[in-house]
Amino acid sequence: MRVTQLSLFVENRRGAVRTAIDVIAKAGVDVASLSLADTSEFGILRLVVRDPARARTALEGAGVVVNEAEVMALEVDDRAGGLAEALAAVDQAGLEIEYLYAFPTLRPSGRAVLLVRFADEAQAREALVAAGLTPLSAEELFERR
Amino acid sequence: MKTGWNDPAGGFHPASAPDYLPPKRLREVQLQRLRAVVARAYERVELFRSRMDRLGVEPHDVRALEDLARLPFTVKTDLRDTYPFGLFASPMEEVVRLHASSGTTGKPIVVAYTQSDLAVWTEVMVRTFVACGIHRGDVLQNAYGYGLFTGGLGAHQGAEALGATVIPISGGNTERQLMVLQDFGVTAICCTPSYFLHLLERAREAKVPLGKLRVGVFGAEPWSDAMRRHIQAESGIRAHDIYGLSEITGPGVGAECEAQDGLHIFEDHFFPEIVDPETGAPLPEGEEGELVLTTLSKQAMPMIRYRTRDVTRILPGPCACGRTVRRIERIGRRSDDMFVLRGVNVFPSQVETALLQVEGALPHYAIVLTREKGLDEMEVKVEVTREVFSDSVRALEALHARLARAIEQVVGLRVKVTLVEPRTLARSEGKAKRVQDLRSL
Repeated sequence: MRVTQLSLFVENRRGAVRTAIDVIAKAGVDVASLSLADTSEFGILRLVVRDPARARTALEGAGVVVNEAEVMALEVDDRAGGLAEALAAVDQAGLEIEYLYAFPTLRPSGRAVLLVRFADEAQAREALVAAGLTPLSAEELFERR
Repeated sequence: MKTGWNDPAGGFHPASAPDYLPPKRLREVQLQRLRAVVARAYERVELFRSRMDRLGVEPHDVRALEDLARLPFTVKTDLRDTYPFGLFASPMEEVVRLHASSGTTGKPIVVAYTQSDLAVWTEVMVRTFVACGIHRGDVLQNAYGYGLFTGGLGAHQGAEALGATVIPISGGNTERQLMVLQDFGVTAICCTPSYFLHLLERAREAKVPLGKLRVGVFGAEPWSDAMRRHIQAESGIRAHDIYGLSEITGPGVGAECEAQDGLHIFEDHFFPEIVDPETGAPLPEGEEGELVLTTLSKQAMPMIRYRTRDVTRILPGPCACGRTVRRIERIGRRSDDMFVLRGVNVFPSQVETALLQVEGALPHYAIVLTREKGLDEMEVKVEVTREVFSDSVRALEALHARLARAIEQVVGLRVKVTLVEPRTLARSEGKAKRVQDLRSL
């Protein structure tokens, strides 16, 4: 039920994201989704890739600082109000979101996928299952592509 | 050039007489004073006595000025290790003033003055101002900091003794500085060169004319000839470099005269040597090396062969101004990696202490010094390591704030901290070059 996300420290300067992505490309790893958190001083590049272990080895070999975090992949209905309903359920379960971003699905299923980082992961999983929002496993997630 | 410089009436200030002693007579005075100060240090200060004993030298072995080279050096950490009063050669009943300056760690360095030490300090500051062309009738705005720092009070007592009108405004509050400069008819100013540049900038922005200002006495941080040309061209004043350090007396160790060709050392009180910074061996006159100073008349806290870590050389030949005391070239760099920022001594080791405190291990870092709008800025670039990197922006921002706070605490100045990617800071073989000084104008 978990999806591994790689977080990379990037400086706030031209070409910083590209350098990291180039390393992953050379390692032959497919990037499935990403999000960039930026502050005035630095950025954190968050990536979900096909083969996180391989990408991580390549990145660290190139001197990039990498952190692994677990994010939850939640399916929501791809229609007006679908996201609002899912977030209402999260809110009612008393869960706190650290950040979220979208996972692009290529196969038509009528369902969209959100990648969510919760403040308390264990509590979140339990509450989500109870609310009928069971997170996807990594295998299930990549089937959507 | 000389006529009319030192006094409105073209007179000569008697305090400056030693500046013109015939060299032979000057050497006699120096030797006599050196013998006395070495004897005093040996008799009264444990550190000097034990070091001389270890080398098998006794005070009476000093028979000529050349014998100074047989004596042990004193270094900045000696003052720290004997904190606070371990190097005092006078009982507290005779000490009338204490000052303190930043040291390599949290503890400052304490320096002491007897009544007679204050008189000498005042005298060399009078000689400093006279060399800079300041005289009775001048209105001097003293924008050096007053307090534990020797700059403010040192300049104050010298200017008063000279007979100038002193405005003890101290540092900071630029608006008020400019108001006073104009309204009080200020003709001379004392401050750091970078602060004066800042004043100039603000005066231009506010369209405030500099009025009667004629001379600037700038010290407490390194600056260049290019910066002097810039200041002089922009402001129309004469900008003089002065030199001093608390361990020796404070400001007043040396000053530029009207020739602006090196700084005259008031060597009847402070004996200069130039040594090889690596081996400590004395270097021939004219060669560049580390400046070592011995106080010849200090009572409360004599310094024998104090390693200043400032790199310079003794300029050969006589000066156009007629003074016979020798000159050093203006100081451009140091033999260790200490640097001076807004009048505060900063050691990279202080920054290291702070980084260690926060991160538990020492990350790669670099210090970049810049000068913007006349104000010196310090940036510490810190490489982010796996150990401290977090996926959370909040956690990284907290780390960033903790680093900045810790560095500010040990250094005593506001600094900019930038987190950078690993392996982006230059590595050098052997001794790492931590400080990048981009301040020259």
